[in-house]
Amino acid sequence: MLHRMNISLFVLSLGLTVAVGGAEDTPDAQTIVTKANVAAYYQGDDGKATVQMKIIDKQGQVRRREFNILRKDVADGGDQNYFVYFQRPADVRRMSYMVHKHAAVDKDDDRWLYMPALDLVKRIAASDKRTSFVGSDFLYEDVSGRSLELDTHELIETTDELFVVKNVPKKPELVEFGHYNVRIDRKTYMPMKMEYYDKNSGELYRVIESQKVETIEGFPTVTKSVVQNLKTGGKTEMEFTKVDYNIGLGDIFEERYLRRPPREAMR
Amino acid sequence: MMAASRITAAALVFAAALANVGAAQDAEQKEDPVKAFFDGLDTEYHGFYELRGGYRLQNDPYEKDMSIMEGRYQFDLFSFRDWGDVKVKGDFYGDLVEEQGVFDLREANIFARPTDTMDLKFGRQVLTWGTGDLIFINDLFPKDWQSFFIGRDVEYLKAPSDAVKMSLFFDAVNLDVTYTPEFDSDRFISGERLSYWNPVVNGGRLAGEDRTLSVERRREFFEEDEVALRLYRNISNYELACYGYWGYWKSPGGFNQTRSAAVFPELYVYGASLRGTVGKGIGNVELGYYDSLDDRSGDDPLINNSEMRYLLGYSQEIGTDFTAGVQYYVEQMLDYGSYEDTLPAGMPARDEFRHVTTLRLTKLLMSQNLRLSLFTYYSPSDEDVYMRPIANYKASDQLSLEIGSNIFFGDDDYTFFNQFQNNTNLYTAVRYSF
Repeated sequence: MLHRMNISLFVLSLGLTVAVGGAEDTPDAQTIVTKANVAAYYQGDDGKATVQMKIIDKQGQVRRREFNILRKDVADGGDQNYFVYFQRPADVRRMSYMVHKHAAVDKDDDRWLYMPALDLVKRIAASDKRTSFVGSDFLYEDVSGRSLELDTHELIETTDELFVVKNVPKKPELVEFGHYNVRIDRKTYMPMKMEYYDKNSGELYRVIESQKVETIEGFPTVTKSVVQNLKTGGKTEMEFTKVDYNIGLGDIFEERYLRRPPREAMR
Repeated sequence: MMAASRITAAALVFAAALANVGAAQDAEQKEDPVKAFFDGLDTEYHGFYELRGGYRLQNDPYEKDMSIMEGRYQFDLFSFRDWGDVKVKGDFYGDLVEEQGVFDLREANIFARPTDTMDLKFGRQVLTWGTGDLIFINDLFPKDWQSFFIGRDVEYLKAPSDAVKMSLFFDAVNLDVTYTPEFDSDRFISGERLSYWNPVVNGGRLAGEDRTLSVERRREFFEEDEVALRLYRNISNYELACYGYWGYWKSPGGFNQTRSAAVFPELYVYGASLRGTVGKGIGNVELGYYDSLDDRSGDDPLINNSEMRYLLGYSQEIGTDFTAGVQYYVEQMLDYGSYEDTLPAGMPARDEFRHVTTLRLTKLLMSQNLRLSLFTYYSPSDEDVYMRPIANYKASDQLSLEIGSNIFFGDDDYTFFNQFQNNTNLYTAVRYSF
């Protein structure tokens, strides 16, 4: 019942989008990035996926990560909860990681890690969101989303298929880039390519590309994404399988499930 | 004859681990028949092979130079069924210091979620709660201090309990209750592997294999049992908890003169903790009242007095992949006057307040594959230090290399950390995980 209502809401919102789109050809930059943010990080009310990461360094050495991820939105474009259950490599297997993401710029996310060998629930003191996620070339912020309020947004190009938005940090001292451009699909509002330019040299040094987008249960979904670090010569491929939306996750984002994850996270 | 067969057993397990770490390099290509067998049973099979060796950095008149030398195989079986999970994890290791082959069953338990508001875990399990970082006030589950000090992986600091854990979840509050029918003591320092301050030999001196601690264990099933509970709730991500414990001092806390053996006197503990965001980091505060039932007035010099214990901690990211954590911990001996009055002449007196500070620094490098960490305990009242520097490098997803040290120093032979001064050691390890 709930599921059906969500679909009809989705269809309704799609209808509205089309109607608005028809009345006004080019939305402003703020509207575009707001929609892109929802498309990339807030599809459905909740969702799950199995993520496979392949981290390839300059020498070609490969490391793999595999984890299941559960997400539930508190509000679209706002707070969210994440649950990550690691499958590999062996030394982190069965660890679980929980995030209460806060959209407010001045509030750090709450993060916990559970280490089963010690039965230890650890609270993670990490405020820098631009550090590597599980040793990959993806940053924590790439995975959880960067607050729109941290940058100014400018629509610099519109093609038949894409909007190109330039994003400049309001506090450049907090980040390693000078600006980044995002190519956003005009139909799905999915970010297809993100290019980061160095603060000092102005050179392109980091590219994230959505290599595969599939429509799953009505939601456009990136199922393969690749980040390349042109400075280090490393890259990471991330593939999503077993994607499912609106699965009706309950209140699982608490210590009980951190210590023993819900079935949805383990399968 | 007996000794020879023990050495053989130790050498066999050691050699098997060695062979496996060596052969493991090309293991990924071929299908592991053991794994295939457990796959057929719907059971995940994982584990590792490890070699770990280390030496004392100074002469210890009472112990071997070799502080650790072992080959280890750990298996970890996990199966989840409709009615619950089954977990069995155990270690075989060949120990060339003790010259024996050992099987250590780490976990063997069943977990079930019978109702929406209840979790149950039954069997051998590792249990942890509380907010301290390598400081434990309300976590009165067994610790393996010997493993910790000789340089085994930190996983082994937690010894398993044979217990039942029941967790109940309500809107207002959650409750964990653990029941251990037979007292599980710490794997405490007894002189067998590490030299220590023995207060009864010649009025107190460092001792080791020559004078190991004889203890009177508590083995009465259902009589000498332990109950621990935690009542907790999360208020806007501030984690508030209250604790209770009814059992015994986990490491010997008393001495029976007639039997000339260390004992585990009765102990009740009541405490509370709070943890949450403070500024840019995480702060925690925890305290506990240790009620030493057999010496409530504090006038028995052979049994620990009651104590208050306090902890304040804070950790924060101070650079990219660089975290610092500080703690301030105090043990306050209650009824100190009675203790002083009844202390036998010549025995060094404990301070009324034992202050301990800790500092943890952790830095990740090389795409988080190299972890450098330093944990330091420093007691300004005991004037002693215990440092744990560790460098761990993940050469691949399977293979990791580690080098570390346990460093003890201080002024007086009898203080908490400095009694281990002759055990300062350096170790290295290689582990292949599958």
